[in-house]
Amino acid sequence: MTARAVLLTAAGTLLLCCSLAVAITIGPADIRVADVWSVVAAHLGLGTSESTPIRDGIVWQLRLPRTLLAAVCGAGLAVCGAVMQSLLRNPLADPFVLGVSSGASTGAVVVVVLGVGGGALSVPAGAFLGALVSFALVLFLSHTLGGGTDRVVLAGVAAMQLFSALTSFVVMTAADAETTRGVLFWLLGSLGGAGWTDVWMCFAVLAVALVVCLSYARTLDAFAFGQDAAATLGVSVARTRLVLLCVTALLTAALVSSAGAIGFVGLVLPHAARALVGPGHARLLPVTALTGAVFLVWVDTLARTVLDPQEVPVGVVTSLIGVPAFVAVLYRTRRVR
Amino acid sequence: MKPAPRTESKAPAGNGAGLGADRVSRRVDGRLILDGVCLAPEQGTTVGLLGPNGSGKSTLLRLLAGLLSPSAGVVTLDGAPLAGLARREVARRLAVVEQQVDTQVELTVLDVVRLGRVPHRRAWTPASADDERAVRAALARTGLGDRRDQPWHTLSGGERQRVQIARALAQEPRELLLDEPTNHLDIHHQLDLLTLVTGLPVTTVVALHDLNLAAMYCDQVVVLNTGRVVAGGAPGEVLTEELIAEVYGVRAAVTREGPGDRPHVRFLGTLP
Repeated sequence: MTARAVLLTAAGTLLLCCSLAVAITIGPADIRVADVWSVVAAHLGLGTSESTPIRDGIVWQLRLPRTLLAAVCGAGLAVCGAVMQSLLRNPLADPFVLGVSSGASTGAVVVVVLGVGGGALSVPAGAFLGALVSFALVLFLSHTLGGGTDRVVLAGVAAMQLFSALTSFVVMTAADAETTRGVLFWLLGSLGGAGWTDVWMCFAVLAVALVVCLSYARTLDAFAFGQDAAATLGVSVARTRLVLLCVTALLTAALVSSAGAIGFVGLVLPHAARALVGPGHARLLPVTALTGAVFLVWVDTLARTVLDPQEVPVGVVTSLIGVPAFVAVLYRTRRVR
Repeated sequence: MKPAPRTESKAPAGNGAGLGADRVSRRVDGRLILDGVCLAPEQGTTVGLLGPNGSGKSTLLRLLAGLLSPSAGVVTLDGAPLAGLARREVARRLAVVEQQVDTQVELTVLDVVRLGRVPHRRAWTPASADDERAVRAALARTGLGDRRDQPWHTLSGGERQRVQIARALAQEPRELLLDEPTNHLDIHHQLDLLTLVTGLPVTTVVALHDLNLAAMYCDQVVVLNTGRVVAGGAPGEVLTEELIAEVYGVRAAVTREGPGDRPHVRFLGTLP
């Protein structure tokens, strides 16, 4: 890493911590940064809290897990996008655009609504299976269609439509009215139901995924000129693809089962991070994760306060931001060609 | 001037060291693309692969690079079958420059040349002094030392090929494979590029379209036609009017006006 990258990573980490602390204070209940610190310190066993039990509950049970989950989701989705874009040589790749999130949603809904499986881990496991199935479908379709940039995106559209339809079908036929409302809200992408279990599970998966992806950083660089070029640079293409596609599917599944399908974070943030630190993945992946985390913390804060007391699903806000960015990337790839 | 041998002729004789192809064939959907081709370039020489479109030049290069595996026969590196070697080991020995490559990633010249160090580097470690030295040497050798920060997308076709060759050199290979590297280049850049390539201290196998360029720059040429080697040897022996008529279906006059008895081919028209 260069000095610039170290500096940016440090600055990003600091910015993320500040964003977390400030974002927690924003909301209907009046809470100051000092309250946040004292509650967190008390729960970590460092001193006693001077806050009331209500404030303590708001910080520790509601806002802190939610804000942390926003950070983890933002980081995870952005890293998934960066890895997919490099691996598929496609600037438009992202778990949402390629239909992987939709597949994960279907898998999760099948477990939640139909009660397939059972037990604590079955929702993420269902999401993982759904993500793998849709990823495999997209890759198979795009491969047999000729493998161009546009083909991958079109295959993604097909998969997204198919799995959205399947999800709606399962929900409409099997769920009661209340479950339906909850599922539909979650499908749009929402951090409202965040609890500590979600935070820990997503954080663990993110940590593992980040370590695996970083150990493949140089390998990802080698994909810049395509698979054959990567192979002649000593990369075993098939193994790399298998490992990284499984890791991104797993990460997507964990995030989707906790927060629903939040779109476009993975598409937009890697481009922003590349503009900051360039295309080398050893620098790009940490900076992508940090920018994604900061981004989603603030977007979620916006989503839960802009129509206060009503809440906008965070996926709606990311789509409103992401679609213009998607179009901008389309225009840019047209110029390059 | 004797007629070219039609059987699986021996390509330039080698000594078993370096890269070699032994009776390799490649079959796709039941169609034979390559049929029993032998190739054993002598160390440090430049071997030109000639032949009309679809004669199997690119397929042979991809077999030599290990990107495809032969349906029959074997490609060896220092006597060991290529298929049994780790890709990383192969990439430290053998570099490939493809016909025309592009990327949507915004890379600089230096970024591209550094890719050549990928097979030499381990995960989690920064670039070593050796890496930096190899990259500098490759940039200097290709005359790109003062353009290292230029973006790839702003380079012309000839400059891009030069950067790819610099990237290949940064791999510090002993064998270099190039697939029609002069395609789409103007004549100045064609000569420039081949002068650079043939001056490198590596064994080079280069597919070429232009017979006169091959005659000027290659130590040995191998002519492929419908997947078979129809002639091999020094350009002066191989590039005859008879061979050109037979392989390309073209009437040509071959003179020897060039330096060092290099043949010069003047095309007169197609044969019925």
